[in-house]
Amino acid sequence: MSEFTLKLRRYDPESGEPAYWDEHTVELEPHRSVLEAILQARALHDGSIGIRCSCRAAICGSCGVRVNGKPGLACQTHLDKAQRGAPDGVIEVQPMGNMPVIKDLIVDMDAVHWKKIQQVTPWLAPKLPVPEREYLVEHEAMVDVTQSMACIQCGACVSDCLSMEVDPEFVGPAALAKAYRFVGDPRDDRTAERLQELTDDPHGIYDCTHCFKCIDACPKGVAPMSQIMRLRRRAGSDFHIEDPNNGERHERAFVSLVKQYGLLNEAELLPRSYGGDSPLAKFKPAAAKELASSLPAIAKALLRRKVTPQMALRPHKLPASDLKAIRHIYDTVEGRPDRVELNLYISGRDEDLT
Amino acid sequence: MKVAYWPGCVSRGFTPELHGSMAKIAPLLDIELVEIDRGACCGAGVIAEHNQELADTLNARTFALAQEVDGAALMMNICSTCQGAQSECQERLDANAEYRAQVNATLAGEGLSYEQGLSNKNLLWLLVEEIGLDELRRRVRRPLTDLRVGPFYGCYIVRPAERLAIDEDQPRDSYLGLVIEALGGTVVDYAGSHKCCGFPIITMNKQASLTQAGRHLGDAVDAQADCVVTPCPLCHLNLDLQQPLAEKVVGRELGMPVLHLPQLVGLALGLAPSELGLQRHVVKPRSVIDWSTSVVAQVGGTAGDR
Repeated sequence: MSEFTLKLRRYDPESGEPAYWDEHTVELEPHRSVLEAILQARALHDGSIGIRCSCRAAICGSCGVRVNGKPGLACQTHLDKAQRGAPDGVIEVQPMGNMPVIKDLIVDMDAVHWKKIQQVTPWLAPKLPVPEREYLVEHEAMVDVTQSMACIQCGACVSDCLSMEVDPEFVGPAALAKAYRFVGDPRDDRTAERLQELTDDPHGIYDCTHCFKCIDACPKGVAPMSQIMRLRRRAGSDFHIEDPNNGERHERAFVSLVKQYGLLNEAELLPRSYGGDSPLAKFKPAAAKELASSLPAIAKALLRRKVTPQMALRPHKLPASDLKAIRHIYDTVEGRPDRVELNLYISGRDEDLT
Repeated sequence: MKVAYWPGCVSRGFTPELHGSMAKIAPLLDIELVEIDRGACCGAGVIAEHNQELADTLNARTFALAQEVDGAALMMNICSTCQGAQSECQERLDANAEYRAQVNATLAGEGLSYEQGLSNKNLLWLLVEEIGLDELRRRVRRPLTDLRVGPFYGCYIVRPAERLAIDEDQPRDSYLGLVIEALGGTVVDYAGSHKCCGFPIITMNKQASLTQAGRHLGDAVDAQADCVVTPCPLCHLNLDLQQPLAEKVVGRELGMPVLHLPQLVGLALGLAPSELGLQRHVVKPRSVIDWSTSVVAQVGGTAGDR
């Protein structure tokens, strides 16, 4: 048995008192979980500690908390590891972020997480007519959605989503992973509609900022951000959905500018993201309006010689022989009948197979 | 040490002072830079969200070019986003021989081929893991005494931890603090150090993007930082170039100078601010320049102006 000190964030909104830290010391085997330590503190020291839990085996997703600032399941976090990760050896446990606190370590999942899940129509809309027996689908197609199906709805990714932190209306990582679960399902009849909704929404798939927080947060390896990128590939490359948020235009302009120059031509990327993938984009109203609003920043950058007019007129570019090689890569890869996508979650790594 | 040097696009485009300052500090650290000037943009995650194999093949070509540099110990980059986007592609290429062969077949016409297991390190990792903090400390000519520096990493160089090999033994997500200390400066802890600058969504949700930049800079101001330092030129665009707009969005004055990592290193190695291109920033790094002439930094609140 070893001694572990827990520092718990306590808060009861109904009390009218501010939140505070509360320390308890427990005795447990080092391989025991942070959840067991919290439950022992509650049983032995203070019966009013609020924590939600059920299975205690990382299956039900009830005990999502932040341990030493990082989100995860209290039942899956070992005490020895948590202690090593604590700056002063005191294990800090807080409620998850981006959701209101009901009491102590219990957050209101209904108000945020479940509301967003409901937003993405989280059920199958079967293709009609429903076959008399089972649907026949390709094995690979179902394997493709297994990663998003591994989600246990714990909310850890929602807790740490940096887009949601500044835009609470963002649909968010958990709900978008759930959306891919059905977009990727060949039995579903609403693929195009689902993608249309998620691209039209200013807080939809293009509101994700690539911060990878959800990938590190997820205790089940769902990698929600990777599912969001799959949704973008389906929407942009397969369904060619142009959205009002410049998401598809930005991607198309980026990809085509690199094909043309080999390197990123920043001076062209901005107008094309607003006005479309053409050198004339800067004269389109949407691009002109954006350029006008950015004028103070552009003027300052020119003044400091951070950027020069030559950069816009004669952008950096790879030598012709390299550009030829780059275009060969584009033609080969984009000329394939089916897009190749390697998902290591599914395929594993060579060294795992030997 | 000799490295195959990948500068990325932005350091040669909208943040030329980054590429320039790297060139200035390299000889002072005995780093021989052999620039990979034929490689394509890493895709910054955007090409991968369009077509993963396309991003993987473009980067495999860059890796193959790096592997052709005679006597290079490794490939070095100076951009968090390149580090993250390239690490993601490399993870797939290294994991699966069949996939690697398919990608290499596309490169075969040029006589290029990527061999599994390239070491690709950002300058930040190279400083700590290859040069070493003791050696860095020995080379400091003008310690950053009393300069309060807030680290700003950029998402792509700290997450996902497993892909970037960040763990207890290799705490790459704390290296900026270690380097600031080795240079004689004071590390400022603040809420935004490991968060997102907002740059990737600047064209999709400008409000959210600039709120991110503004909040983190505001947190650094509140923590009395004289400046922040970043290994990511894309973060620099949102934190410096867009700072006047971010101020409007968050409704407060910030005036926070944002330095590229080689600029901060260069100051401590004795280079003049003008040699490091500090005059090119949108937010004038006045506190930093004052520090380097008077050796006493101003306090955070009046750190810089525009």
